[in-house]
Amino acid sequence: MDKNSNKYIFIYASVMVILVAAVLSIANISLKSAQQKNISIEKRQNILASVNIESTTENADELFNKKVLKSYIVNSKGEIKKGDAFNIDMKKEKQEKDLEKRSLPVYEFSIDGDTKYVFPMYGAGLWGPIWGYISLDSDLNTIYGATFDHASETPGLGAEIATKRFQKQFQGKRIFDDQENFVSITVAKANETAPKQYSVDAISGGTLTSKGLQKMLLNDLGAYRAFFKQKKSE
Amino acid sequence: MSDKESLFSKKNKAILLNPLSKDNPVTVQILGICSALAVTAQLKPAIVMAISVTVVLAFSSVIISLLRNTIPNRIRIIVQLVVIATLVIIVDQLLKAYSYNISKQLSVFVGLIITNCILMGRLEAFALGNKPWQSFLDGVGNGAGYGMILIIIAFFRELFGSGSLFGLRIIPESWYIANGGFYSNNGMMILPPMALIIVGVIIWVQRSKNKDLIEN
Repeated sequence: MDKNSNKYIFIYASVMVILVAAVLSIANISLKSAQQKNISIEKRQNILASVNIESTTENADELFNKKVLKSYIVNSKGEIKKGDAFNIDMKKEKQEKDLEKRSLPVYEFSIDGDTKYVFPMYGAGLWGPIWGYISLDSDLNTIYGATFDHASETPGLGAEIATKRFQKQFQGKRIFDDQENFVSITVAKANETAPKQYSVDAISGGTLTSKGLQKMLLNDLGAYRAFFKQKKSE
Repeated sequence: MSDKESLFSKKNKAILLNPLSKDNPVTVQILGICSALAVTAQLKPAIVMAISVTVVLAFSSVIISLLRNTIPNRIRIIVQLVVIATLVIIVDQLLKAYSYNISKQLSVFVGLIITNCILMGRLEAFALGNKPWQSFLDGVGNGAGYGMILIIIAFFRELFGSGSLFGLRIIPESWYIANGGFYSNNGMMILPPMALIIVGVIIWVQRSKNKDLIEN
């Protein structure tokens, strides 16, 4: 057949596309379970990191199961909901416009005799999603640890939110002021005046990622306000 | 070229080794500059990128070379892109399943590999007109030539930009101004323009050593 005839080109392109689609689907389906496992291991590692426990891919599952006291889901009114907290996908929850319908996971850890609460969060950076976990002391005010990650922030600038150096700043900060008002954490640039106990230093050159992080903290920690109140009055 | 030709005949060796020097994809053919700027702030990503491009280039060259007599001329670029993109996605999927940490670091690069001009350039210029083995050697050679330049750039950028190599501290902490010393990292090194300047310096050095490369 003439290689430059339209018929040949159409057949060639169609066969190629179908073959490639088949190969890619097979690869995707056959590798899915291994990929899912890696994702859940990483999630456990991130949650452990938020309570300042170092883990490797090998021992993350074991450490997590050993250290976690319990996990549950609440709604924005602080009521316990049914379901497995670990399987909640924060990305999907954030798409739910009605705050009251969102499932909000809570993890409780026991560290040195004190209960630590871990809260997941999910927001937008400059180029793509950012997410993380924050752990609070049993007073539900002081931050015990924080960990953040990102999909595609600029290396060396916005991507710095994933570094230990940035995350360490959060330790010991408070999210409620003395009048018990929720103030969240401000990610402050050098010229902004924010009280030290409620703010961390932004990343130079990473302004929009810093702003996104601040918004994520305000919205996603804020969603737990009723839960905080309820726990404190217990 | 007869079929009896040995696998590493003089000609084949030249195909493999020329891209390392007088036919270098970055400094002579000026291909793949954009990714050379993007991933060379540190040595580690540069090496990861070098290996990935070499693997993808070698295998896509072989595939295109095997298909070369069937590919309709009018859609050859599309066919090349489909082959490259498929390979990259499969590699990415495999890494996600079996080497998750590497895949996380690589996720930013996947797009850079697919759009790397070296890939299209070599497929178009070599694999479409040559046998699979020669195309494979050409792919490996050009990948290595590209990787070599990436590593040289990354070496200087990480050493002077961050004071470290492979993340390990080379310049002592006590030298830094913050610790009472006299030294400070060059912030310009971290930014892409400095990579371009280093590429320029490499081209300069190479051309002053190899006069054949100088255009009239």
